[in-house]
Order: sequence, then structure tokens, then C-alpha cells
Amino acid sequence: MSSTKSTTQTPDRRAWLREHSELGVGALLLVIGVLVLTDALTMDVDIAQRGPVGPTTVPIAVGIGLLVVAVLLAFDVLRGGRGEAEGGEDIDLSEPSDWRTVLLLAGVFLANAVLIGPLGFPISGALLFWGSAYALGSRRVDRDPLIAAVLSVVTYFVFNNLLGVPLPGGPLMGVL
Amino acid sequence: MDSLNSLLDGFGTALTPINLLWAAIGVLLGTAIGVLPGIGPAMAVALLLPVTYGLEPTGAFIMFAGIYYGAMFGGSTTSILLNTPGESAAVVAAIEGNPMAKAGRGAQALAAAAGGHFAGGMIGTILLVVLAPTVAELAVDIGAPDYFAIMVLAFIAVTSVLGSSRIRGLASLLIGLTLGLVGLDQMTGQQRLTFGSLQLADGIDVVIVAVGLFAIGEALWVAAHLRRSSGDAIPVGRPWLARSDVKRTWKPWLRGPVIGFPFGAIPAGGAEIPTFLSYVTEKRLSKHQDEFGKGAIEGVAGPESAASASAAGTLVSMLTLGLPTTAVAAVMLAAFQQYGIQPGPLLFEREPDLVWGLIASLFVGMVLLLALNLPLAPLWAKLLRIPRPYLYAGILFFAAVGAYAVGGEAIDLVILLIIGLIGFGMRRYGLPVLPAVIGVILGPAAEQQLRRALQISDGSAAGLVNTPFSVTVYAVIVVLLAWPWLKKLIVRSRPAA
Repeated sequence: MSSTKSTTQTPDRRAWLREHSELGVGALLLVIGVLVLTDALTMDVDIAQRGPVGPTTVPIAVGIGLLVVAVLLAFDVLRGGRGEAEGGEDIDLSEPSDWRTVLLLAGVFLANAVLIGPLGFPISGALLFWGSAYALGSRRVDRDPLIAAVLSVVTYFVFNNLLGVPLPGGPLMGVL
Repeated sequence: MDSLNSLLDGFGTALTPINLLWAAIGVLLGTAIGVLPGIGPAMAVALLLPVTYGLEPTGAFIMFAGIYYGAMFGGSTTSILLNTPGESAAVVAAIEGNPMAKAGRGAQALAAAAGGHFAGGMIGTILLVVLAPTVAELAVDIGAPDYFAIMVLAFIAVTSVLGSSRIRGLASLLIGLTLGLVGLDQMTGQQRLTFGSLQLADGIDVVIVAVGLFAIGEALWVAAHLRRSSGDAIPVGRPWLARSDVKRTWKPWLRGPVIGFPFGAIPAGGAEIPTFLSYVTEKRLSKHQDEFGKGAIEGVAGPESAASASAAGTLVSMLTLGLPTTAVAAVMLAAFQQYGIQPGPLLFEREPDLVWGLIASLFVGMVLLLALNLPLAPLWAKLLRIPRPYLYAGILFFAAVGAYAVGGEAIDLVILLIIGLIGFGMRRYGLPVLPAVIGVILGPAAEQQLRRALQISDGSAAGLVNTPFSVTVYAVIVVLLAWPWLKKLIVRSRPAA
């Protein structure tokens, strides 16, 4: 950000926004609150009403709660309150978030959701494992696909044939 | 006497060869998954849930009990050998256990932990046998207003006892309650938050929420901050205790449950507080105070026993009231609902075979745990060296299997990912995950009880507080809510007095 020295306003605001990015959580809660309230208030309940408390009472309470918490959270953030990022054994918080990895993983996961139908679990699952390992930094092209394939096929047989939890076999299992 | 007979029947169920096999598989799987770094008991149980889908309920829960205890023991192994606890309850085990391992006494630390789990689990489960039927009997008479009060208590306790920020706990709870609203209203069939989607009309399955928040959320969060150089696990031999060690550990083993069990039964965050209290107690009572912080065996034995007993305490409120007090119990409750079984006071009447089989298998599971895990400890320690990309890729892989197995719908995988991203954001901004899970699970039940109570009282709010029980519970809630101010008052008045 050193190149933007001439326009001091923008980096300042950017730094402020970065510092207060938690306001986004408040905004999100606000949006969800409005969504819940709209859904509850537009509900057609005349026929469905049974007893003094209808199907809209709790959603309205939850919606109002969301709005209140959103505002309180925003106040807390502006007063300097911060949610503490969660630590853990494999987590290094000193580095900034690695968004590339997260997006890659989300993409791989979505691809699995799309492919599980047409390709079947053994193939889509193997792609999911290999893709995730690749996104996380594993580059063993000789070993990774093999592990992924074995894991996926073994899991398929254990769940589908041994445990009685059906998974889609896809064309591959049709051939075998 | 009655419960003793039922327990014997339960052993009849638990000791059939096939159920013994499920228990053994559960213990082994639970330990293996629990040992893996980054996987706490709640995630282990959520990930292993689909393994039990194809079984009949009794076998499934017997396996589940094994998974639970195995995952807890596995977690303390990670703490001791890697000094990086995966969940709050195992933090204390790392304080003394890791210095012991560094000093070459890892085998003794593991043995003290295993002994603690065995003693705590045994005593805790005996207390469960004695107390649960009584609690269930008392609870049979309680009505809708009482249930609603208990659930409100759970909501308040989980948001204000845990974590550092109440407002963030509350935000998490409300997210959970919102997710719980999605689907058809139980009493009128009205669609809520479905946006016309047939898919959402069935509601969002609790298992998908749990796996999304615990497994996907955690994996993505770790991926964003993956430590490039992970710590080295200390190699360890077969655990054993010398006579001098046993002399120092048997009392902490027996003291742990006294602290752990009651804390497990109330909604106060499970094993976190009792393990810490047990640690402080052992430190005060020990003859080797100078060793604390450098590897005192009492500091492993006591807290581990307390943690294990608190797990048994958790089961009391889970089985008799349907009230989950920890993340693991919340996932277990989801598993019960999967089979269409509603834990609560009537569970002991309606499903005696299942409940007593489950309780008996807790005893069986603990014996298996001790018999299998002590010899296998060196092998478990090897699991700590698994390359991190494989570990987290594996978590995503099995999370996908689990979510797909719920209904066989690819759209569930998309919902799972969205909930996982919510879980990621919650970890980033310090919103605790547990209130959200409790909100999803208890929210719909609480709403039903509320509406039932108000239906009986014809809409008068007095119908919510017309029993001594509910009034007492609300009094406890007020104290909980006012606690920060009360604490200030007490602190302020003390120097004056």
C-alpha cells in the first residue's frame, strides 16, 4: 500500500475498514434479521392459526433479536471490542488470512457437489480429496492421486456395501 | 434395585457378539479420529455419525458411546504428545502432560490419563445409573412451561457462561435459531424461510448444520491460517505406571469425578470448567507442589478423570431431559432425532432396551478403551505425524460423505458448504460455535413447548410461570444474567466491609 501515498484519504479509510471489518458481521446479522422479519410478516396465517401463538410469533422475536444484536455488536466494535479469532493446533494467526486456499477449497467442494451425480462418488470423492490436498499445498503428483483414489473407492465399498449407507456408484461402478 | 435389573438386561444387550464388535469399532475409530490433531470430540462424533446410519438404533448408539469416550481419550493423547490441545477441555492435560512427555515420562502421562478416563468414566457412569432413572421419574410430571424454562436456561447459559463476549454468544445463538426456523412449522404446516424451495421445506438437517459448523468451518479456518511448520510429536512407548506413580494418581483419579460429574450435568460448557477446577484442587492438595508446571502427574490424572466423569454427567441431562449441555451431546441428540427417537423423561419407559443397552455399553466401552488403547498408544502417536494437507482434505472428504448420506441429495452438499462458510466467519470473528448448534437443535423444541404452554393458558403469559419448577428456573436465569453486575457489587463491597 506504499504506492498510494499521494492519496492519504483512501488508505486511511481502508485501514479503518480493515480494522473494523467486524462491522460486516453486524451488517450480515441485520440483513438476516430483516429477511426473517419480512418472511414472518408476509406470511399468510389466517387459516393456519391454531392457539394464541401462531407460526409467526417466534420468527418475529428472533428477527427483532437479530436486529438488536446487530446494533449492539456494531456499538461494541466501534467502542473497540473485538471478537477473538479462534486459535488451534495447526493455526498460525501471525500470518494474514490465505484467501486463495479457502476459495480453492470451496471451489473443489462445490465441484464435488455438482459431479457426484453424473460421475458417482468414487470419482468425485477422489477429485475432492486430491483437489483439497493440492489446495492445501501438497504437490506429490505421484502419491496424492493414488491415495485419493484408494480412499475414495474403499470408502465407497465400506459405506455402500458393508455399512448399508448408499452412495452413488456412477459409471465406474457400472463397469466393474 | 429396579435400575440394577434394567442395567443387567442392558448388559445382556451390550454383550452380544455383534454389539461388542460395534463397541470395539467405535472405540478404535473414536480414538483414531480423536488423536488426529485439529479434531476435537465434537467434530469426531459429527464426522463418524454416517458410519452408524445403516445400523439399527441400539447398535448405532453402542458404537456411538465408544466413539465418544475414544475421542475424548484420543484428544488428551494429542495434548500430551504435541502440546497443542484441540479443544478447551484438553488444555489442562497439556499443562502437565506435555512437560512430562518432554522429560521422557510420556508413557506415564498417557497411563495417568487413561487411568483417569477409566476411573472418571466408571464412577460417572455409576452415578448416571443411580441418578438418571430418578431424574427421569421426576421429569415425567413436568409440563410444557417447565420444558420451555429449561430450554431458555440452556440458551442463556450457553451464551453467557461460555466465551468472553455475551453479545457474540447471543449473535451465534440467533443464527442457530434462524437456521432452526427454516422449513414447515411443526404445528400449522406453514412454510417459513423456505422461499418457495421444496428442498428447504423439509428444514435443514441438524447433522448438516453440525458437520458444517464443526468440520467444514474448522477445516476452512485452519486452511486460511495453516501453520507451515507443524510441531513435532514426541515419540512414546507403551504406557505404564510405576508403583510410586500409582501412589500419586489414585486419589486424583477418585477426586476428579466429584468435580466433573455435576458440571457435566448442567449447561456450563462441559469439561472446560471442571478440568480447570480439578487442576487447581490437585495443585493445592499435592505434596509435590514444586513439580506443578514442570510435569506433575497429579495434574494429568485429576483433570482427565474429571473430564471423563463430566461426559457421563452430560448424558444424564441429555437422556432424561433431552437437554444437550455440550457440543458432543448436541451431536448425539441430533443422532437420536435421526432415528426418530426423542430423548426425555419418557425415553426410559419407551426405549428401555436402547437406553440400558447404551449405558451398559459405556462400561464395556471403558474396559475396551483401557484394554485396546494402552497397547496401541505408540501407534496412535504415529497418527500425529500425518501430513496436514491430507488431514484437512480428509476432513472435507468425510464431511461430504456424511452430509450426502443424510438424504442422498447433492444440494445438501451446497447447504453444507454455506454453513461451513458461516462457521468460518464465526471463527474469524470470535463467535462461539456451540450456541448456534444448541439453537438449531433446541430452537424448534422450545418453540413447540412455548406454544403448547400458551395454548393451555389460553394465551396468558402467566401460563409460562405457573409452576414452582419454572419459577425456580427463571430465578436461576436472572442470577446468571445479572452475574457480571453482582460480581462487581461483591468485589466493591468487600473492601468496605
